[in-house]
Amino acid sequence: MQVNLTVNGKVRQADLEDRTLLVDFLRDNLRLTGTHVGCDTSSCGSCTVHVDGVAVKSCTLLAAQADGCTVTTIEGLAQFNANGTIGQLHPLQEGFKECHGLQCGFCTPGMIMTAADLLSRQRNPSEHDIREALEGNICRCTGYHNIVKAIQWAADHTPAPLLADHHVWTNEPTTEPAAV
Amino acid sequence: MSNKFIGQSIKRVEDKRFITGKGRYTDDIVLPGMLHAHFVRSPYAHARVVSIDMTEAKAMPGVIAIYTGDDVADINGVPCGWQVNFRNGETMREPKHPMLIPTGSTAKHAGDAVAIVIAETKAIATDAAESVMVEWDELPAVANPAEALKPGAPKVHEQFPDNTAFDWSLGNPIEEVDAAMAAAAHVTTLEFVNQRVVPNAMEPRAYIGAYDEMADKYTLYTSTQNPHLIRLLMCAFVLGIPEHKVRVVGPDVGGGFGSKIYHYTEEALVTWASKQIGQPVKWTSDRSEAFLLDAHGRDHVTKAEMGFDADGNVMGLRIKTVANMGAYLSTFAPAVPTYLHGTLLQGLYVTPKINIDMTCVFTHTVAVDAYRGAGRPEATYLLERLMDLAALEMGMDPAELRFKNFIPKFDGVNEPGYQTQVALQYDSGDYAPVLERGLEMLGYNDFRAAQQEAAKTNKLLGVGFSTYVEACGIAPSAVVGALGARAGLYESAQVRVQPTGKVSVFTGSHSHGQGHETTFVQVVADKLGIPMEDVELVHGDSDTVAFGMGTYGSRSLAVGGSAIMKSIDKVLEKGAKIAAHKLECAEGDLTYDEGKWTVKGTDKSIGFGDVALTAYVPHVYPAGLEPGLDFSSFYDPANFTYPFGCHIAVVEVDKETGKTTLKRMIAVDDVGNVINPMIVDGQIHGGLAQGIGQAMFEGTIYDENAQLTNGTYMDYCMPRADDLPLFETDRRTTPCPHNPLGVKGAGEAGAIGSTPAVVNAVIDALWSGGHQVKDILMPMTPERVWRAMNN
Repeated sequence: MQVNLTVNGKVRQADLEDRTLLVDFLRDNLRLTGTHVGCDTSSCGSCTVHVDGVAVKSCTLLAAQADGCTVTTIEGLAQFNANGTIGQLHPLQEGFKECHGLQCGFCTPGMIMTAADLLSRQRNPSEHDIREALEGNICRCTGYHNIVKAIQWAADHTPAPLLADHHVWTNEPTTEPAAV
Repeated sequence: MSNKFIGQSIKRVEDKRFITGKGRYTDDIVLPGMLHAHFVRSPYAHARVVSIDMTEAKAMPGVIAIYTGDDVADINGVPCGWQVNFRNGETMREPKHPMLIPTGSTAKHAGDAVAIVIAETKAIATDAAESVMVEWDELPAVANPAEALKPGAPKVHEQFPDNTAFDWSLGNPIEEVDAAMAAAAHVTTLEFVNQRVVPNAMEPRAYIGAYDEMADKYTLYTSTQNPHLIRLLMCAFVLGIPEHKVRVVGPDVGGGFGSKIYHYTEEALVTWASKQIGQPVKWTSDRSEAFLLDAHGRDHVTKAEMGFDADGNVMGLRIKTVANMGAYLSTFAPAVPTYLHGTLLQGLYVTPKINIDMTCVFTHTVAVDAYRGAGRPEATYLLERLMDLAALEMGMDPAELRFKNFIPKFDGVNEPGYQTQVALQYDSGDYAPVLERGLEMLGYNDFRAAQQEAAKTNKLLGVGFSTYVEACGIAPSAVVGALGARAGLYESAQVRVQPTGKVSVFTGSHSHGQGHETTFVQVVADKLGIPMEDVELVHGDSDTVAFGMGTYGSRSLAVGGSAIMKSIDKVLEKGAKIAAHKLECAEGDLTYDEGKWTVKGTDKSIGFGDVALTAYVPHVYPAGLEPGLDFSSFYDPANFTYPFGCHIAVVEVDKETGKTTLKRMIAVDDVGNVINPMIVDGQIHGGLAQGIGQAMFEGTIYDENAQLTNGTYMDYCMPRADDLPLFETDRRTTPCPHNPLGVKGAGEAGAIGSTPAVVNAVIDALWSGGHQVKDILMPMTPERVWRAMNN
C-alpha cells in the first residue's frame, strides 16, 4: 500500500507491504538505522521515535498507521546547517555525552527520544519523574544512573528555542543562534 | 611522559556517532545483493527429527535456498575452547554442537536449528521457514542440573547416560577440610541456588556472511566481542578454510556481557551459505531467539559450609556444587565453574582449609558460559552470603567478622603476593580500607539505630555487606594453558606513527560499550605527549588488526593496554635514535617530554612529528637503522590482576506484601590505577544493575518439559530505571604491581560484589523483624520474601 509521511522534515512516499512496521520502513526503506530493534514485544524502547511530536515505539506501529504523520527519528533531532551538517546537537544529545549516559549506544536513540518527549511535557522533572518516564526503555549497560543525570543535565541546559511549543529543533534555517 | 589525560574524565570520543543515530551495528549494514536467513528451530527441548518437508517452502517466490543437516554434514560442529578433565584424569565429555540437526538425530534444547531458509527478504524467509514441515518425536527432557544427575533422568547424550560432563575438585585435601570443620566451634551451612540468568545485551546477535569469488575470500560481519577468536575457531575447527581467506569484522556491537564471546553455529552457517549461493547472507536474531540461544550465565546448585572458631576466625570452607552446562559445552564454559570459580574461594579471608567439589552436568537447555563475572560472582555469592549469615548466627557484627578475617595488606612489591589455598597468587591487596570507607558512606552506627526503629513499623530495614576479590586481566597463557585453555590469552597492539606524526593504534581488544576509543587514546596521547586528536584507535577488523584475543574478563586495558605500552616503548626507543642523529648527540643525552626529545641541559630539541617525518623520509638518518616508525607487540600477562571492593546494600522490606525496595547501593571498588574515572564509574554502575537484577528481578523459569517459559521481556524481568536508586560509588587505589599501567580491570566488579549484598540486606531486614530465615531464592520476588516471613 502507498504511504506518505514526513520524516525528519522530508516528505517520504513508498509502496509497502501492508504488514510493514514503521521501524522497518525507517530502517530498511529510508536507511535511518539509528532507530534500533531490541525486542519483539514492544518492551525495550530501542525503537522509540516521535510521531506527531509524541514518543512512540515504532515496532508497535504499522507504517500505514503513520500515514500522513510527521515522524522524527534520532537522526533528525539535532539542528542542521543548510549544507546538512550538524549545527547544534539537541541538549539531550549533549547531555548523554556530557554525563556518560551511554556505553554500547544501542538503547541510546530510544532513550533520547523518550526523554525528549518527557522534557516537552515537563520542564524540570524530578529524578523520580525521569525514572518513571524511562519505564518503557531498557538499558543493560549503564544501570540508568548516568541516563538520569544526562536528562537532568539536558533539562538544565535547554535553550530558549526549545522552550516553545515544540521540543525538537525546527530544522529550518534559524536566525537567532541558540545559547546553551 | 605528560599526564594531561590519564586520570581525567575525558568525554567519550565515540559518543558522537551513537547520539546522532550514526552507529553502525551489524544489522545496519546492507551489502549489494544481500539475502536474509531465518532458521527453522525445535519447538521442543528434546525431540527427534522424524522428517522435514520443504516442498511448500521451496516453491515460495523469493526463496533462494533451504539447507538442512544433510547439506552441512561436512561442516564440523562447534568445538569447546577449554578442556577440564575428570578427577580421575578422564577427558571431559565434549559433544560438538552440530550446525543443523539432521533427520534421525535429536534436538537437545528448545531452539536447536534443523534448517536455514534463505530468501530475498526477511519477511519471505520468515514465512518460508514457517512453511517448512518438521515431524518431531518429542522426548522427555530435564532442565535442572540436580535433577539431571538422578538415576533415570532423561539423557541428554545417549553415550553419556549419567549426564555428567566432568567432575572436578580443588583446594586442600578433603580430609584436612573435614577435620577443620569438625574442630570448628560454629559451622554455618547454606544450601542455595545461584539461578540461571540471561545476559541480554540490547543488540541481538547479527551476522552477515559474504563471499568474494574472485578473491576467494569470505567476510563475516559479526556482533562479537572477539573477531580474531571467531576467525580462528570458525576457520580452523568448523569450516576448515584457511584463515588468510577470511576477514572477520566486529563493527559497533551493542553490548556483550560474555554472550558475544562464543562462536555460534549461525556465524559459520551464513559464512558457508554465502559461498554456496554467491550472495551475501544476513541473519539477525530476534529477542525470543536471543533468550533461547545466547549462552546463559550462573546456574549452580550449592551446599556451602564455613567453619569458625569461638572467636569468629574462619577455620575451613567446604563446597559441593552442581553446575549446569546446558546441552553442549560452549567456548569457555568448562572454565567458568572451575578455574574462574573454585580459584576464587579464598575471597579476602585467611581461611586455612578450603575444598570444592564440582560436578558439571548436561541438561536439555542452551549452553551456560561466561556472563559478566563468570564464576567469580558465584564464588563471591557463596562466600559473602556465608559471612553475613554466620555473623547473624553467631551474634557478631558482619563488618567486624570481615575485619577479623581479612588477609593483611600486601603490595606485591615490598611484600610478596598472597598465595591462596586454591592455586592463585593475589598480586596486591589492601582490604580493610574499602570496607572502612563503605561503612563511613553508609553511616553504619546511625543505621543500626534506624533499623531498630523501623522494626517497629511495617517497613523493615536491612543492610547487606559483600567484600569481594576477583581475578581479571585474563590471562597468563602458560597458566591457563596448564589449566586446559586451548588458546593463549595474550593481546596484540600495533602503534603506527604516520609520517606527519599522527598515530594509528591497532588493538586486538574490542569495544562494545567500554569506551576504548577514548581510554586507549588517553594513554597513547599522554605517553607520546601529543594531543588526543592526533591518535586514532582501530579495532574490530581482522584485516586491519594483526591479531587479538578480544574483550572479556575485564582484560582490555590490563592486557591490551599493556601491549600498546610495549609498542609505545619501541616507538620512543627508535625515535630517540633518530632524534640523537638529528641533534648530533648520544641517545643517553636525550630526554623525552611533551612530545619532543631535548638534549639535557640545553634548549636543543626535536619534535615527535619531525622525528616521524625523518623516519619516513630518511635522508639524514642513522646508518643501519630501518626507515619507518611502526611497531607491533604482544603482551602476555605475568599474572591475573586482582581488583577488590566492598558493596553495601540497604533495603526496605514491606512486611505486608514482601516487596523489597533497594534504598541505597554503595560500592567502594579498588580496580588499581584508573585512566578515565567517568568510564570506570559507568562500568561499575552497569555491573551493579546486573548484580542487583539477579538478586531481585531476573531468572529463567523452565517447565517440566525444559521449556523456557519466560523468554521475552514481557516475562523475564529486566531491571528498569524505576527499580534502581542512584548508586553511591567511591574508589581506593592499590596499583597492579605487574603491568605497566598499574591497572586491574573494572568491567565485572559491579556484577560480582552486588548480588550477595542485596540478598544479605533482605535477610538482615527479616532477622530484624524476628524472622530468622537463612535463605531466600533469587530473584527475591515479593512472594518469596513474604513466604519467608510467613513460612
